[in-house]
Amino acid sequence: MKKKLLDFAAKMEIPRLIIVGFLLFIFAVAFITGLPLDSLFSASLVRVGMNGVLVLAMVPTVSAGVGLNFGLPVGVLCGLVGVLLSMQLDLHGFVGFFSALLFSFPLAVLAGWAYALLLNRVKGQEMMVGTYVGFSSVAVMCIFWLLAPFNNPELVWAIGGRGLRSTLTLDKHFAKVLNNLFLVKLGKIEIPLGLLGFFGLLCLIVHLLFRTKLGLAIKAAGSNPRFAEAAGINPDHTRIYGVILSTVLGAVGIVIYAQSYGFVQLYMAPLMMGFPAVAAILLGGASLQRASIGHVILGTFLFQTLLTITLPVASRVVQGDISEVARLIVSNGMILYALTRGERREIA
Amino acid sequence: MSTQNPVIPTKKTGISLLPLVSKNAVPILFAILCTLAAWLAKMDPWFLASEIITRLARNSLLVLALLIPVSAGLGLNFAIVLGAMAGQTAVIAITHYKMTGLWGFVVAMLASAPLAALLGYLAGKIMNRAKGREMITSMILGFFVNGLYQLVFLFLIGPVIPMQNRSIMLPSGVGIRNTVDLFRIEKVLDKLWRPIVLGVRIPMGTLIFVGLICAAIHFLMRTRLGQQMRTVGQDMHIAGVAGIDVDRTRIIAMIISTVIAAWGQLIFLQNISTLNTYNSHEQVGTFAVAALLVGGATARRATIWQAIVGVLLFHTLFIVSPQAGHAIIGVPQIGEYFRVFVAYGVIGVALALHAWQSRKS
Repeated sequence: MKKKLLDFAAKMEIPRLIIVGFLLFIFAVAFITGLPLDSLFSASLVRVGMNGVLVLAMVPTVSAGVGLNFGLPVGVLCGLVGVLLSMQLDLHGFVGFFSALLFSFPLAVLAGWAYALLLNRVKGQEMMVGTYVGFSSVAVMCIFWLLAPFNNPELVWAIGGRGLRSTLTLDKHFAKVLNNLFLVKLGKIEIPLGLLGFFGLLCLIVHLLFRTKLGLAIKAAGSNPRFAEAAGINPDHTRIYGVILSTVLGAVGIVIYAQSYGFVQLYMAPLMMGFPAVAAILLGGASLQRASIGHVILGTFLFQTLLTITLPVASRVVQGDISEVARLIVSNGMILYALTRGERREIA
Repeated sequence: MSTQNPVIPTKKTGISLLPLVSKNAVPILFAILCTLAAWLAKMDPWFLASEIITRLARNSLLVLALLIPVSAGLGLNFAIVLGAMAGQTAVIAITHYKMTGLWGFVVAMLASAPLAALLGYLAGKIMNRAKGREMITSMILGFFVNGLYQLVFLFLIGPVIPMQNRSIMLPSGVGIRNTVDLFRIEKVLDKLWRPIVLGVRIPMGTLIFVGLICAAIHFLMRTRLGQQMRTVGQDMHIAGVAGIDVDRTRIIAMIISTVIAAWGQLIFLQNISTLNTYNSHEQVGTFAVAALLVGGATARRATIWQAIVGVLLFHTLFIVSPQAGHAIIGVPQIGEYFRVFVAYGVIGVALALHAWQSRKS
């Protein structure tokens, strides 16, 4: 019996057990102190849909053997350009939303391709190089936001100053179009079926993509490049496909995030976007070598529920906003754990 | 990169300049960039000189803290942020106990050392579990410990750690203020001896201290321990076969680096004389690494001179780029984002080159 328990613990891994235990504890505290659990639960469902696709963007790179995509801001920036183009053209509702996706798509493919070429030259250090590619592209785009020839008065500073505003509201464009689509009320719990459905659809697409011949080749080359090469697959090519797919998902992810949030944040805001996504998928049980859709869904749900529910509960106990600090500790602790697990990859 | 060089060596000159230039391509490129930006910004040369000297004294120890882990093969140690946090903890402590002047500063140095050594030891342990990906691990470790630091100083000081001090704590009695005035140790080390040379005030006290640390690093690398570190840095496997305790050597390197970083942050703080409790340390790792790389170092080789040249060039660019941005396009923010880009970009490029070269060999 004891051995079984230990086995179970080993399978669940200690950090995840701690997080799940902590979550249960928080729920218990929330229940006892009489917090409105149903509205908290609704909020966390919204946040799952809001962040899920950004987490999903980790699956292709991990499967392709590139590791966790710390360079997620590359995709995010493409998505932001798409959103801005859609706003500049004064598109509204679903037309605006889908045109933002459409505009960002070619950019993300192009940027992902260039990013992938670089990553192919730095095998073994993809995560570190990716982080700084992400950081520096955010800085470059800061200059772009300042100089870009957008002239819609909603986008640029009204008086004084040049360039785009740092926070743009999507109210008149496509704020919450997905969130409010098929919003179902179950008792007091609101379920944003449209938002979650869209997230589910993307998960399904990625899942099916990895069932195709190309997808299987990407996976095979990711888990064992030498073996794949012997089977006639060029791992460099499959890695490129993985990175492009991840970058595109990053772009789609930020468009969904922005419509759900109702605002677009420019300049330094996308800088740290990769880290929570990385942490979430790791929390779901992924490792540097292995990630599945299941990890994405479980991880996003655990991570976002933790964040939504910690704040109101903690504010009853301590003063100030502890959720930001909790996010820092949990997300980076999770990444640190994954990096030091001692799981050795065969050095190709 | 080396196309900037107009000197084409001929066979007659005997000594070829080309290898010298290509070896130092990065610092030369940045020197050109700095000169160009300074010329465009039309800055007062005296003001520029005194700013550069101040920043050299203020920042160089933090960059020097990176040298030993590079030699020991740990790459660029972004976890010097841990040392910075240890230094800040000590500064908060001496401010709480109202210690003043040089004495207070020395107490802060002594108090920060064991804390930094402990953090460095733990960091070394973690690095040993992440061989081959030390740099990303050290960066994430910095973020993680930053979270713990915020937890302690925002939420635990007061209710859990008993402390009552109106001047440095938030009015609610929980947590340290966002900014703490460090007037008690303001420029104590700088002021120790501050001669005016050609109208520029030189913080000699700090520079001498930094020089002493440079000398200590120089001699350390020539002792048996230093030799072992270099062997480990060259090849862990061979070092292990030669009977060197690889893990222990790497931990020692991390400890020394973290302690130097703590002192480096103390020097930084006595010069700035204001502690931004939750921000002062955040960018320490990035800026130090970027400065070292601008000086021409790589993730596998870094010297004291590269550190110093790097600080000079990187901070010159820091000073002049907003004005240069203003002069070129009329928007000062461009220069500011440009220097952010330089900091991140230079790290990205250097890491990419490093990974590329280590794959080729």
